[in-house]
Amino acid sequence: MIEILETGPFNTVQDLGRPGFRNIGVTAGGAMDSLAVKTGNILVGNEPDAAVIEVQTFPFKLRVSMPMIFAVTGADGLVLLNGKDVLPWCAHLAKGGDVLELRQPVKRARAYVAVAGGLDVLVLMGSRSTALRGNFGGNDGRPLAKGDHLKTGTQENILPLPASGLAVVEPSQALANVFPDIVEGVLQVRAIPAGEHHLFADDGEAFWGQVWRISSRSDRTGYRLSGEPIKPTETREMRSHGVVPGVVQVPPGGEPIIQMSDANTAGGYPKIAGVIEADLWRLGQANPGGKIRFVRTSHEEARQVEQAVKTYLEDIKRTADMVKRALKAMA
Amino acid sequence: MIARSSILATHHEIQPVVKGRANISFIGSRSFLLEAPGEFDLPAQRFIWALSQTVSAWADVAEVIPGMTNLLTLFKETPADPDAVVGRLLEAWDNAASIDLSGKTVEIPVHYGGEYATDLAALCDFSGLSDREVVRIHHEATYRVFALGSAPGFGYLHGLDGRIYMPRKTVPSIKMEKGCVTIGGMQTGVAMLTGPNGWNSIGYADLKMFDPTSATPALLAPGDTVRFVPARVEL
Repeated sequence: MIEILETGPFNTVQDLGRPGFRNIGVTAGGAMDSLAVKTGNILVGNEPDAAVIEVQTFPFKLRVSMPMIFAVTGADGLVLLNGKDVLPWCAHLAKGGDVLELRQPVKRARAYVAVAGGLDVLVLMGSRSTALRGNFGGNDGRPLAKGDHLKTGTQENILPLPASGLAVVEPSQALANVFPDIVEGVLQVRAIPAGEHHLFADDGEAFWGQVWRISSRSDRTGYRLSGEPIKPTETREMRSHGVVPGVVQVPPGGEPIIQMSDANTAGGYPKIAGVIEADLWRLGQANPGGKIRFVRTSHEEARQVEQAVKTYLEDIKRTADMVKRALKAMA
Repeated sequence: MIARSSILATHHEIQPVVKGRANISFIGSRSFLLEAPGEFDLPAQRFIWALSQTVSAWADVAEVIPGMTNLLTLFKETPADPDAVVGRLLEAWDNAASIDLSGKTVEIPVHYGGEYATDLAALCDFSGLSDREVVRIHHEATYRVFALGSAPGFGYLHGLDGRIYMPRKTVPSIKMEKGCVTIGGMQTGVAMLTGPNGWNSIGYADLKMFDPTSATPALLAPGDTVRFVPARVEL
């Protein structure tokens, strides 16, 4: 059992979401940084899609009622266990009664707490994630509050953990060759032109050329960008169509919106571009006020990044299993 | 109050209609949007329903989202050859038969007018009709569910009588109640969530249309027929 001792607003139970129901208007949802969730789950010995806590307002504090393997991934803030620094991106063993605290990250937006066995909340429509649009799933369809108790699942074949923990090189470093550097504080986000890109004519180039700022009116549903407005040369009556996270729509005001994890399932604003799926986790770690630039890419490059991420996850899974099995054999 | 016929899809072929070339665009690297050419009408939607059935059976497809005369297809991973995917989609579109989904009939009891009908007066002004006429025209029509989307269980209904057409608001209502019966352009529907809404409310329906704990969470499905039944008229 986990007890929430301190939390800000909008911290929720998430997993990799509930895809497959957008055709009945239900957003897929799920963690904003799915790569951090998969990594954390692998570290603690779960399936990659086990439910975790997504922390986006800090400080956040919880207490475990029994011994529990946990890992904190995603953000770059201090992680404290009973007041002492512990490594992020690393599986540790907490004793019953231990208090885990997550402090405000420096550059990134969201941290994830994965625990062995995963969070055992009700599975609704194939997922444990919280749908804030519709208020169902996760912890009673709402953000976590002080005093909430969360059950954890059980794990089969629990393997021992090295006494110092089990750490990985975090994805942004391990995969530095496939994710472009942040240039002068500007996150480079790769995207592919979408259906109405041609309607923007010269403003299309202005879209790719300028640095956009993520406005404060941004959340899990979408990021509103501020910058020099871009306008299509003609207004076309759009019929409502399905949309997915990463779509960059341009409402009449000319400042784009990127749909994120809790994306609307349908939309009708002109779409200028679509962020490649493999880069969405980086956006998920961007804060309001942060700067981004869109970089035009291809399906081929997107596929290479996707494959590199897949290989990274397979590697850490293999290594983690190997280390734990070796320890078990020695015990 | 809900009359349901069998959900069994007894598809029947309809006279083929000449199809133009569909337009295909990308959203990100894994999603492909196919848009039907031509009018926003039932014949176009019937091709989309057929296409949706074909494409959702492809082994590399994760999910399909039918929209209003369009279909978004999500692939499990970024295709190695996107041009080949475009080719497959266009071919599937060309080969799509026109099918009708013989869905169930759902009757939705409506309290027309009253405190939730916040835009009925504006609709009367816009249409030049009396409130009684607006309500009569709305409930006498028979609607088809073209697609679901936007909010859990929300059905986009086609079949609005042009006399009670009302454009979406340029400034949405900040907090429209879940259950409001609304008109947005040539579409009508029942609001599924309380929140900002740009459609025009003319009444209220107290019918549970979405239940995440159910095996079939959404009451409505594409192809269903919807009738609004006046439970009360308060003008």
